[in-house]
Amino acid sequence: MTTEIAPVSAAANTSRFAALREFWHYFSQSRGAVLGLIVFSLLVLIALFAPWIAPHDPIEQYKEFFLEPPAFSGGQPQFWLGTDPVGRDILSRLIHGARFSLLIGAVVVVLALAGGIILGLLAGYFRGWVDVVIMRVMDLILAFPYLLLALVLVTILGPGLFNAMFAIAITLLPFFARLTRGAVMAEKNREYVVSARLAGASHIRLMVVTILPNCLAPLIVQATLCFSDAILGAAALGFLGLGAQPPTPEWGTMLASAREFIQRAPWVVTFPGLCILVTVLAINLIGDGLRDALDPKLKRS
Amino acid sequence: MLRFLLNRLALVVPTLIGITICAFSFVRLLPGDPILALAGQHGVTPERYEQLKIQFGFDKPLWQQYFNYIGEILRGDFGESISTHRPFMTEFMALFPATVELSLCAIILAMVVGIPVGIWAATRRGTWIDQGLMGTALVGYSMPIFWWGLLLIILFSTTLGWTPVSGRIALNFFFKPITGFMTIDSLLYGNWPAFFSALRYLILPTIVLATIPLAVLARQTRSAMLEVMGEDYVRTARAKGLSPSRVVGLHALRNALIPVVTTIGLQVGVLLGGAILTETIFAWPGIGKWMVDSIYKRDYVVVQSGLLLIALVVMAVNLIVDILYAVINPRIRVQT
Repeated sequence: MTTEIAPVSAAANTSRFAALREFWHYFSQSRGAVLGLIVFSLLVLIALFAPWIAPHDPIEQYKEFFLEPPAFSGGQPQFWLGTDPVGRDILSRLIHGARFSLLIGAVVVVLALAGGIILGLLAGYFRGWVDVVIMRVMDLILAFPYLLLALVLVTILGPGLFNAMFAIAITLLPFFARLTRGAVMAEKNREYVVSARLAGASHIRLMVVTILPNCLAPLIVQATLCFSDAILGAAALGFLGLGAQPPTPEWGTMLASAREFIQRAPWVVTFPGLCILVTVLAINLIGDGLRDALDPKLKRS
Repeated sequence: MLRFLLNRLALVVPTLIGITICAFSFVRLLPGDPILALAGQHGVTPERYEQLKIQFGFDKPLWQQYFNYIGEILRGDFGESISTHRPFMTEFMALFPATVELSLCAIILAMVVGIPVGIWAATRRGTWIDQGLMGTALVGYSMPIFWWGLLLIILFSTTLGWTPVSGRIALNFFFKPITGFMTIDSLLYGNWPAFFSALRYLILPTIVLATIPLAVLARQTRSAMLEVMGEDYVRTARAKGLSPSRVVGLHALRNALIPVVTTIGLQVGVLLGGAILTETIFAWPGIGKWMVDSIYKRDYVVVQSGLLLIALVVMAVNLIVDILYAVINPRIRVQT
């Protein structure tokens, strides 16, 4: 028996491998996307090994070195990018900040993706009143400017990093729900789904095992774009004082406390924002590349 | 067309009800006692507490509270600010023009720059011009605008001294608002120095707020143009020997702009969200800064009614854009 099955699964493996290679072929056509991927991989490494890379403790306050300029513009040699208003090493805080930004992006996307897929599957599969209720609630979320909604949710939940992530995930929910619903409705009456149903597959099996895998491509692209939205949104909340709380080395929060020093110490403002920009840009580059590689319409042209 | 209108309006009703339910629930979901939160007081005597409870109608069942709330809204009563004790609507109407002025300037800047950039990139597809423009657009699209605003302040205000750091107009100019738009009001009074002062205060916030919509519009225009340029009627126009500028301007652009119009409509919510950050950075006296300040001050009456009114404004603008879109593009009317 096993000898009969083996070739089949091997064939499935090679076809999966071939699909992956085809994907990589299209993805690597875009230099921007590859650059984004390299930068993003570096960020992941920095985040993983932050305690070993960072020259100082991110919350250690060096009392004798307030607002020290970066080493390259006449500051102390042990603080490469200078120190902040309470004497903490900015470089070390930025390195640890990478952990928070990637964590924020990952948690928000997982929450929004999971919630959106469940709601979208239910709405697209059952239609009727389930669909109407779910989609009207999604419309409602979209009726509020997302930052205002996130602010109000954080006001209810209380400021803090996890609540900020939760609030942003809710504002991103409709995008995943709409996308999943549309894809499910397009797939639902295809022959393979009908035959699975005739074979006696349950509702849950039909939704999750049969239909969902064929709706994944647009969801992956959307998840990438939302990853960067989440980082920007959480940084904005941190900047307004309602996201991560000091002394957490979150990039947006670092900017909030640096605002009063823009005249005296521009480096305190410059570097955290630059980190946010580079991270978001890298992820958006990957997102653009993924969209081009996964969109069959663009492939032909 | 009438059927389209009715369909579209029917879709608005559940959202409208949903928005009021959200605003109604907001106060009741706050941590702590909603009655104390609304009164803005702590440690009141039990008698005063009962008095407040009746005053805010919290002694009645929830559904009755909700219908009372709807009644208040329909009468135009949005409560009064806890911190200033002035009616919400008076304050809202005083601050709203500032946000509209800033948002309008930003969307105009985004259109005037973004659409030509998109067309230019599309007509130079694949060249270094295209790559440079679209690379820049992606940077703009990825921009944390609160940081971008601070950078511009460091460069143009504190280093070069060209523009003021914050505010809406120099303090020595004061006049009674007519439209509430500083630039227009100063012109109506014939006060040129005030006009230029208002303009100098307006320029940096406008650039900051326009950055993301501008990038979105440039990217959207480029891809819409590229899609249209491959269509048969454009090939026909080209084959007829029309000049490239005529092909692009007359045949391609008109059809490419249809999806772009929708994008502009969708940017209204983005703009109001961006206004929260932009107004906070530049101390621009508008609705966005007011909302953030009210959250800091726990002025929950303002937050509740602001949430309601901003959502209504966004919804109304989206509705108008949808209807305009159907007027421009007959295909939409037939589909629905």
